[in-house]
Amino acid sequence: MVEEALLQVKHLKKYYEIPQGLFKKDIIVRAVDDVSFTVNRGETFALVGESGCGKSTTGKTILRLTDPTEGQVIFNGTDVAGLEYNEMRSLRKQLQMVFQDPYASLNPKKTIKQILMEPLRVHNQFDEKDRLQKIKDMLEIVGLSKDYLDRYPHEFSGGQRQRIGIARAVILQPDFIVADEPVSALDVSVQSQVINLMLDLQKEFGLTYLFISHDLSVIEHMTDRVAVMYLGKIVEVADTETLFKDPKHPYTQALISAVPISHPAENKERVILKGDVPSPANPPSGCAFHTRCPFAMDICRQVAPETKTFSDGHTASCHLYTKSEEEQKYVTSDSK
Amino acid sequence: MASSLPQGEQALDQSVKPKQPSKIAEFFSNLSRSWTGMLGFSIIILLVLLSIFGPWITPYDPEHAEFGKKLLPPMTDGHLLGTDQLGRDIFSRIIMGARVSVIIGVATVCIAGLIGTIVGIIAGYFRGWIDIVLMRIVDVQLSFPFILLVLVINAIIGTGLRNIIISLAIGGWVIFARVIRSEVLALREKEFITSCIATGVSRLEILVKHIVPNLFTPMIILASLQIGTYIIAEASISFLGFGVQPPTPAWGNMLNEGKDYIFSSWWLITFPGIAIVLTALGVNLFGDWLRDTLDPELKGE
Repeated sequence: MVEEALLQVKHLKKYYEIPQGLFKKDIIVRAVDDVSFTVNRGETFALVGESGCGKSTTGKTILRLTDPTEGQVIFNGTDVAGLEYNEMRSLRKQLQMVFQDPYASLNPKKTIKQILMEPLRVHNQFDEKDRLQKIKDMLEIVGLSKDYLDRYPHEFSGGQRQRIGIARAVILQPDFIVADEPVSALDVSVQSQVINLMLDLQKEFGLTYLFISHDLSVIEHMTDRVAVMYLGKIVEVADTETLFKDPKHPYTQALISAVPISHPAENKERVILKGDVPSPANPPSGCAFHTRCPFAMDICRQVAPETKTFSDGHTASCHLYTKSEEEQKYVTSDSK
Repeated sequence: MASSLPQGEQALDQSVKPKQPSKIAEFFSNLSRSWTGMLGFSIIILLVLLSIFGPWITPYDPEHAEFGKKLLPPMTDGHLLGTDQLGRDIFSRIIMGARVSVIIGVATVCIAGLIGTIVGIIAGYFRGWIDIVLMRIVDVQLSFPFILLVLVINAIIGTGLRNIIISLAIGGWVIFARVIRSEVLALREKEFITSCIATGVSRLEILVKHIVPNLFTPMIILASLQIGTYIIAEASISFLGFGVQPPTPAWGNMLNEGKDYIFSSWWLITFPGIAIVLTALGVNLFGDWLRDTLDPELKGE
C-alpha cells in the first residue's frame, strides 16, 4: 500500500485555564500536551486511553471544535489550526465527525430529513431536487428505511440514531472522519453492527478514520494503527497487530492485559495498575506514568523519556528502552 | 449494504408507531389527565371569553352611575353582585375588568418577553463583554423589588392603560433575559450544536435554526407563569391609585374604591378580590401544568 499522509498533527497542545479568583494563579490543565502523529489516507488510526487522557480533546481540536493552544494540524497540505471560522467551514466538507452520544448529537426538534439535508444545503451539494434522493440513498446505505424521513430523533433507538449520525457525516463524502467513541454508548449487540457499517462505508467511499476509543477489543477488530495516550501525551504508536502482540510501554501492557479473555482456561498474566490517573492539572514530574508504573525507576521521576523507535513505525516513550539491555532485564525481573 | 442491518432491528423498526397523533389532540389528552391543569385552562378560557365578549354580556353599563341604587347588596334589583358606592353594577364592572387584566397581562408578556428574549440570546450566544454589560444591568434591576420599580416608573411616565403596560414591561423583561440567557448557555454547549459546527453551519444559522427553536418551550412556560404576576402587579398598582384610573373598571381600582366600605358593604371589595385570586390561580395552575408537561426536568423547581 502506498502510504500518503492525509493528516499530520504536529506538537498539538490544548491547555485549559481555570481561573481561581482574582489573586490566585490560574490552574492550567494540559488536556493535550505536545501530541504528534500522522494518519495515512485510507487507514483507520486509533487513539486509545483511559477517560480524561485527552483523546476526545485531540479529536475535537483537529476539527477545530475547540481552538488549539499551540501546534499544527495539517490536512491535505492546509494548516487547519490557523484558519478562521468561515475558512474552516468550507473545509468541513472533507472533515467530518461522528459523535459519542447519539442521544445528544441530534437536534431533538429536527426531523431526519432536516438533519441530513443540512450538510447538503450548507455546502451547496447537488441540485435541490436531487438532494432528497441522495438522502434516501444514504439512509438505505446505513440500513434505515426511507419511511423514517419525517420522524424525530426521539423515535429511534440508540443504534438507529448512531446510524443517522454516521449518515450525516458520510453524506458529504468526506475524506476524513473523526469518530469519537462512536459505539461506547451503544449496547454490545448493536456495537458490532455499527462497527461493521463503518467498515463497509470505509470500503465504499475510501474513508480515513481517526477512531477514538477506550475499548481495546473494538480497536483490535477495526483499526490499522494505534496511538496510546496517557495524560495528554502519546506513549506508544504501532500497527494494531504489533501493538497487541508486542506492547512496549508498561501502560500499553497494562491496558492490553485488561482486555477480557475469551475463555476461562486461557491463561493470561494480568498487569494491574495501582492508583488513579493523576490530574492533568498537576501532572507528575518526569514520565507522567511513573506514579503507577510497575517498573518505575529513579530516572522516571526526574526526566521525561525520549521517544524510541523500534521496528518500522513502532515507537514508545519509556526509559526502559533507553537503557542497555542488561539493565532492562534486571529492572524487569526485579519488579516481578 | 443494507445487509448490515440485522433481522432483529428491522423487525423492531416495523413495530414503531406509524404516525404520531396531532399536536392539538395530544395537548388535550395530556390536559385531561391533570385536573389542576384542566381547571387552570378553563379559568383562562373563561377569562379570555369574558374579555372578548364582555360588552355583550354585561347586564348594565359598567360606568353608568345611578345614585339612587348605590351600595345595593348582592341579588337585589337584578344586580347579581350588588352595586358600588356610585350605584354601578359590580358584576358588569368585574366582567369589564377582566378585559383590562387580560390586555395588560398579554401585552406586557409580549413586550417584556420580546425584549428579554433578545437580550438573553445576545448575552448567552455571544458572551464576552456584551454579556457582562447586559447581565450587570439585569443584576442591578433585579436588586430592586419588582412592584416598587413598576410603581416608580409608573409615577414618572404617568398613569393609564398604555403606561401601566410600559411600566410592567420595563420591570419584567429582566426575568426573561436571565432565563433565556441560561437556556442559550446550556444549549450552545449541547453536542448537537457542536455537530452543527462540525457540519459547517454558519454561526448565524446555528443561532436562528438550532438554538432559537429550542427556546420556545422555556419561553412559553415562563410567559404563562409571568402573566399571573403581571395581572396581580397591575391590580396592586391600581389599588395604590396609580395604573388604571377610574372610571375605567379594573379589579385593582375597584378594590381601592371599595376599601372604605369594607365594614358596611363587604361585596364591594370581596368580588373583585375573588376575581383576582381566581385569575392568578388559574394562570399559575395552567403554567405549572405546562411546565411539567413540556419540560419534565424542571419539575419541582
